[in-house]
Amino acid sequence: MLTMTGLCAVVAVSVLFFILGYLVYYGGTSINWNFFTKLPAPVGETGGGMANAIVGSAKLLALATLFGVPIGFLGAIYLAEFSGSKVAFVVRYAADLLNGAPSIVIGIFAFSIAVHPFKQFSTLAGGFALGIMMVPITLRSTEQFLLAVPRTLREGAMALGASKWKTIATVIVPAAYRGILTAILLAFARVAGETAPLLFTALGNRYWSRGWTEPTASLPVMIYNYGLSPYEDWHRQAWAAGLVLLALILITNIVARAILSRGISVPR
Amino acid sequence: MNAFVRQAVSVNITPPVTTAATRETAAPAEMRMTISKVNFWYGAKQTLFDINLGIATSKVTALIGPSGCGKSTLLRTLDRMHETVRHSRLEGVILLDGKNILDQDVTQLRRRVGMVFQRPNPFPKSIFENVAYGLRINGSKLPMADAVEKSLRHAALWDEVKDHLHKSAYELSGGQQQRLCIARALAVEPEVLLLDEPCSALDPISTAKIEELLVQLKDLCTIVTVTHNMQQAARISDFTAFLLNGQVIEFSPTPHLFTKPTDPRTEAYITGRFG
Repeated sequence: MLTMTGLCAVVAVSVLFFILGYLVYYGGTSINWNFFTKLPAPVGETGGGMANAIVGSAKLLALATLFGVPIGFLGAIYLAEFSGSKVAFVVRYAADLLNGAPSIVIGIFAFSIAVHPFKQFSTLAGGFALGIMMVPITLRSTEQFLLAVPRTLREGAMALGASKWKTIATVIVPAAYRGILTAILLAFARVAGETAPLLFTALGNRYWSRGWTEPTASLPVMIYNYGLSPYEDWHRQAWAAGLVLLALILITNIVARAILSRGISVPR
Repeated sequence: MNAFVRQAVSVNITPPVTTAATRETAAPAEMRMTISKVNFWYGAKQTLFDINLGIATSKVTALIGPSGCGKSTLLRTLDRMHETVRHSRLEGVILLDGKNILDQDVTQLRRRVGMVFQRPNPFPKSIFENVAYGLRINGSKLPMADAVEKSLRHAALWDEVKDHLHKSAYELSGGQQQRLCIARALAVEPEVLLLDEPCSALDPISTAKIEELLVQLKDLCTIVTVTHNMQQAARISDFTAFLLNGQVIEFSPTPHLFTKPTDPRTEAYITGRFG
């Protein structure tokens, strides 16, 4: 039995290393300077790159962060500092359900309210879809970190005549900021690789996107399209895109963990 | 413990002059705060019963009693910190300089009545910013550096921290952190300073420093301290109130309470028969 459990543990770890190794091998041999600087080559030609998808992904993630993080953050403040336990229970439960919702469902939802009414796939709709996915992750983890701030700190501020809002802004949030930053980075990493919501919203684009209200390319959608294509050279580029995306997510994760491990800013 | 209490009492307390005269001084004209007919509930549970107490100006008043007797609750009503707990209810009148604190703006009140807690609770900021905090949130126009230095001097911490004011407050020892919290409370120049077992988390040397400090601070403000340590009450306070089960059993000048308690329950407690 011990051998079995040990073996399963090894399998769990080796999946990650297998994927990493595969990506580094195929992606690493395919990646080059053109990948970062050139637009996709016309069908039938080899070469080209994914500059538009890299920029597109950056725009989508920036939009998602701008939309999802404030809602998650402010909602968490309400839950942690103001709501009664009944309201908090309902909101937490809803957030957990939303967090578990399949991303394709989020995609359809974003399509029906941000694409269909305007008859237009757009960068904005893509950012909206990813932002929705960031809300529950940011909300739940920010709330946990706010609740972890000792009650004595709140009392210390209030005993000096600070109002509730001042206490939150000047003591509680600063005390929890490492945790909150980590939560935001993890939410960011979580949605960075999402494909399904973008298929319905940002669509994809073989050229530079002409603006926020136009479709845009993104790395996950490029991987999807290129990976399914019959062209050898596109497969090569899909691997490279996978490597870039995974590197981005890994780096975000590592930075997040580094921030957190420098210590919670308040000793317990 | 028992013997130790008696020893502390016999060594540190000057005997009362005459009982009648000393008892008179328990209610001198100069009262900073007056607590009358205060009843207090947490939900359905009543924890304070008909409390009447005068807090004399520029004196140290100690609240003693066994755990759960309501001494901390009573202290927290004096700056309305009890309101931070849901489902709490207070009836009665608490006067500060003749005005009921329950009718006042709570922010203003807490500026006039400072509080230091059981465990040091410095903010995750620098030493300087901790002391400046109260001034900043109150929009003080005073030169910040001077005010911070003054408060740190009053808290007898200046010499130890003057060369690293911008280090994190968490780099200080527990005793230093507690003195920092006292400095933080003093910075807004409160009229009354409330302390909730300020030494219970500290070692004997840090405790001695804080006790010494409190006696000096009398000139600056009126002090009310909760303590479960009877020797401490005997050493530092001018008046002592003994609480039991949410009631004030006895309130007299400290030397009187410790040497000639009038209530048998007080005597039982201070001689260590319970608590």
